[in-house]
Amino acid sequence: MVLSSFINGIVLGSLYALIALGPSLIYGILRILDIANVAGLTLGAYTGLKVFDATHSLPAGLVAGMAASAVFGFLLQRYLYRPILGRGPLIPLIASIGMFIAMEEVFRLVFGPYPLDFPAKVPLPTVHIGGAVVTGVELVILIVGVVVLAATWFTLRHTRLGLAWRATSQDRETASSMGINTGLVIAMIFVIGYALAAASGVLLGVNYNTVYPTMGDIPAYKMLAIIVLGGLGNPLGTIAAAMLIGLVETFVVAYVGYVLPRDAVAFIVLIVILLVRPQGLLPAESFRS
Amino acid sequence: MSYWIVVGVTVVIYAILTVSLNIVVGYVGQPNLAQSAFFGIGAYFAAVFSTRYHTSFWWTIPLAFVTAGAAGLALGAISLRLREDFLAITTIGLNFVVVAVFQYAPFFGGAVGIYAIPLPSIAGHPFGNTAFLVVGLVMLASVMAVSKYLEHTWFGASLMAIRDDETAASSIGVPVASYKVMAFVLSAAFAGMAGSLYAPFLSVVTPTSFGFTESVVILAMLIFGGLGTIRGAVVGALILGSLPEAFRFISNYRLLTFGVVLLLMLRFQPEGLLGDGSVLVKLTRRSVGALRQRRRSGTPDPPGAAV
Repeated sequence: MVLSSFINGIVLGSLYALIALGPSLIYGILRILDIANVAGLTLGAYTGLKVFDATHSLPAGLVAGMAASAVFGFLLQRYLYRPILGRGPLIPLIASIGMFIAMEEVFRLVFGPYPLDFPAKVPLPTVHIGGAVVTGVELVILIVGVVVLAATWFTLRHTRLGLAWRATSQDRETASSMGINTGLVIAMIFVIGYALAAASGVLLGVNYNTVYPTMGDIPAYKMLAIIVLGGLGNPLGTIAAAMLIGLVETFVVAYVGYVLPRDAVAFIVLIVILLVRPQGLLPAESFRS
Repeated sequence: MSYWIVVGVTVVIYAILTVSLNIVVGYVGQPNLAQSAFFGIGAYFAAVFSTRYHTSFWWTIPLAFVTAGAAGLALGAISLRLREDFLAITTIGLNFVVVAVFQYAPFFGGAVGIYAIPLPSIAGHPFGNTAFLVVGLVMLASVMAVSKYLEHTWFGASLMAIRDDETAASSIGVPVASYKVMAFVLSAAFAGMAGSLYAPFLSVVTPTSFGFTESVVILAMLIFGGLGTIRGAVVGALILGSLPEAFRFISNYRLLTFGVVLLLMLRFQPEGLLGDGSVLVKLTRRSVGALRQRRRSGTPDPPGAAV
């Protein structure tokens, strides 16, 4: 029971980390809370499903979903965020919320209001570890999660893009005057962030065998709680916070049960953290220095 | 005719919400994405008291005003610790928590909400739609009058000073903390008052009517009309509140419309339709100024100049 809760918690945490990593990188570089990122999640899930229906190949669906969402993210930063960056953090946040609710309606308009099945089979067997059961889909989530998170850590720490991200997130003007193409860095971070969101959308859809227009709602609230908890703009803190929330949620549901609906609980946690420790659990400086 | 009176009441309720939201967002420059939660608190208290304790409609108005104002006090206190985007997501969170409480607390009737809210009556006659419209207009006039009054007092000027530069405002002696909180209380109280009209008008309140997306709708109306001005708040509510009634497409894809309106406004005309510095207002001022100039210099107006 404990072991299976633990594994479930890690699986959930990996999903949350995939969802929250993009917005965390974007916040780090632009100081924008990018709620529209979860529109990329839903877009990725629908595109992935449609391509899967046509080709019966889950990898093709995953790649197509990530590509569609990456294009969406690129257009968003180019034509929505960049022109309004100079107007403080609130205007982009409200624009992002507007984009989020508009896109949900677009999904309803294009794909219909009803949940669609995502009947993909993964080529991995169900594994029994001790008393715990890990399904093939959960294994895929774990593998994708570990690979993506390790790749992100490596990219930020040991590549030129990572160096440029860290410099730009410290001071965009100075980074730009040091010869860093900050526009390109911002565009690449959006492409990566939205591709990650799409990957988590496809995995969510396969895991719960359903894709629907408002499937981004709960990830959106969770994502906010996680990136605040992890210290804003700190990708490693975000991953730690995602694992923590995944584990806590699984254990609370397994041993205590529901008190309030999940999204309300996530928000109460979020408000308390903001009031008591506004810099988050791991302040961003601890990563950058 | 009667149909348009119903639309009119809806628009007036939205206008009360936008004008009251403007006190916090427009004058003090604080984000608030929880206005529909305060609206809901007023509506729910009015509904509970009029169905369960048979409180008269006229008493539920101050009741809703006070309860929503008390909730505004809580948000005002929070606003002292958090800034800008963090305050914004906290207000989003607050809206979800309030809706969850409506849904789960037996006092508020749970997920089904509260039914059969009695019609108010005046001198023994139950309200018709026209009576709702008249009461709504009186409420709207009161919040507009308070806003207008604010614009011309030291209190209101201080609020705008806080918006423009908080440190500078406090250095010239503006009590920033207490004024901010007072603005939140006022704004929430008037939203609650709108709720006390909404509950008996629809005769039913449900948790989902007061969700976060409704708060976005109210903010979209205010930004569309023009943040920081009373005329902008009213015109935003009038246009965006009546469009869904006039066009079936907009009523079917309401959130798409409001989301796109919000995006286009923020991107291309952040001052809104009638805010200070918007294209329309600048054009009007310029042409009015030119007209006056011409009057003064005594030359007759060329035909078609008075646009």
